[in-house]
Amino acid sequence: MRLLTVTNLVTAFHTRNGVLRAVNGVSFHLERGETLGIVGESGSGKSVTCYSLMGLLPMPPARIKSGVAKFENVDLLACSTKYLNQIRGRRMAMIFQDPMTSLNPYLTIGEQLMEPLFIHKKMNRRSAGRRAISILHQVGISDAGQRLRMYPHQFSGGMRQRVMIAMALINRPDLLIADEPTTALDVTVQAQILDLIRNMQRELGMAVILISHDLGIVSGLCRRVLVMYAGQVMESAPTDDLFYQPKHPYTRALQKSIPALQPKGGELYTIPGAPPDLHHPLPGCPFAPRCAHAVDYCSREPVQLRETAPGHSTACLRVQRENLAV
Amino acid sequence: MTAAPNQFEEVPGAAQPAEAGVSFWSDARRRLFKNKLAIFGAVVVALLAALCFSEPLLCPRVVGFTYEQQDLFLGPAPPSARHWLGTDPLGRDLLARLLYGGKISLMVGLCATFVSLTIGVLYGAISGFAGGKLDMALMRTVDILYALPFVIFVILLMVFFGQNIILLFVAIGAVSWLTMARIVRGQVMSLKRREFVEAAHALGLSRRRIILRHIIPNLLGPIIVFTTLTIPDVILLESFLSFLGLGVQPPHSSWGVLIKEGAEVMEEYPWLLFYPGLVMALTLFSLNFLGDGLRDALDVRGSKD
Repeated sequence: MRLLTVTNLVTAFHTRNGVLRAVNGVSFHLERGETLGIVGESGSGKSVTCYSLMGLLPMPPARIKSGVAKFENVDLLACSTKYLNQIRGRRMAMIFQDPMTSLNPYLTIGEQLMEPLFIHKKMNRRSAGRRAISILHQVGISDAGQRLRMYPHQFSGGMRQRVMIAMALINRPDLLIADEPTTALDVTVQAQILDLIRNMQRELGMAVILISHDLGIVSGLCRRVLVMYAGQVMESAPTDDLFYQPKHPYTRALQKSIPALQPKGGELYTIPGAPPDLHHPLPGCPFAPRCAHAVDYCSREPVQLRETAPGHSTACLRVQRENLAV
Repeated sequence: MTAAPNQFEEVPGAAQPAEAGVSFWSDARRRLFKNKLAIFGAVVVALLAALCFSEPLLCPRVVGFTYEQQDLFLGPAPPSARHWLGTDPLGRDLLARLLYGGKISLMVGLCATFVSLTIGVLYGAISGFAGGKLDMALMRTVDILYALPFVIFVILLMVFFGQNIILLFVAIGAVSWLTMARIVRGQVMSLKRREFVEAAHALGLSRRRIILRHIIPNLLGPIIVFTTLTIPDVILLESFLSFLGLGVQPPHSSWGVLIKEGAEVMEEYPWLLFYPGLVMALTLFSLNFLGDGLRDALDVRGSKD
């Protein structure tokens, strides 16, 4: 069953230097209980896509230019803040990049953990306290009764991220958006947090959107992957397909950049050039100037995401027209 | 239920529902009471305030003189059994005048605190949270009021409403919230884009709840520190106005007035400067200790436990 359908989302920032299209016509969908990864380099629009869905962008300067995001049958982009507040924290929740700053330093863990219960479930303190303790156990924090009374600064980064996950999941949402949940943590804790997200996903059967710039993290957790570049979806495919048969030259280049997959001792592979300035969108494929396979029509003709194999969509004119293999 | 990976050993019996969450305020109160200097400050301020505000009762009965009772034959006398803190050149009892003056000075301080805490904080918070055009309009208004020369403003008030002690409070109230509004606005602007406020939005909290639960507690530190700085400021401002003849007029007095009068004759009659200076310094020190203590008590990160 469809949980979320995003169609042609365009989010722009109105800055002094003009209009910056951070997200430019993104479409995707998500089944119930599905795990979707969004990968891309910094500034590719992956976070802005999710912030747009959650209604977290400051407006102004941000503006949703067009698009529909049906969460079941509610358009998240068109509904009122009041209605959105009934969905956020109850039906869908989000965890953030930096657990060190995502908790209010002035409130105890307990107070913050129980807040979603107070506002969405109208629980009293006793039962909210009990639920908070049980969710803390679920996310692997022992001695939960004591820890409820502590402040965020008494927790380590990994523990805080566990608290953030507990807070997001306390009302058993149908959708969890995780915006680079492990970027700010060290590698051993990263693995624990990813395990935790995977376990909780299985336990609660919720859908997860995992944003990351690490292909490895996404491949370990997600069934399907979107590759974003310059505010557009370049490729969308089941994880295995994307890794073993990438079709888009950009995905291929990203894969080649993974240090572990390169011969030791040599210079690391990087994609030449820099991402385009989103103030001035290119008429053709945004990757064309950096693409080793680009031909003259690539930078002239607009490109759209099309299915190029069953369940596998690619936004590359050459793949679509000539079945280019990269 | 699968067990999530566990970093810490299990403590038996930890799962019983504790009285979840000691509130922020009771926590802060506990920390404040641990701070001896702050409690000392609070006690001194309370004591001085109690003495000053019971002046109409105390002066005739305990001190034996009222603040305006002159003894021109006596003139300026040093402290003695009859006049505990001595008398001024008109033979008025200094203790009585100090108590009476304290009432005015403390009221000026209270008034400024009240105005800057209500108007200043609210105005600044709205401006910072709303942003955009509203923020622009509100802050330019503050700029205009700032630019208005204070003395001219007071003189204008006097011209329109005649000389009146109430005007002193109006004038001081009118200027004391401006800086507070600016400070609060700046803090709110930086706070509202902090991740934990975003996280609160993502959990579906209403704007009102976010301001009350997440923004205001984070504002308390700067607000309290600024308030403790405002009180001495306005007490001095009052003495400046009185010096110009726009504030408290004889035979009424205030600490600022007494210090100014004492300073003029400090070589001949040093007690006239010493005692008012002592009381004022004691008050300001106490307020600062209290303010520091409050700030530390409200800052959960600074606490050791």
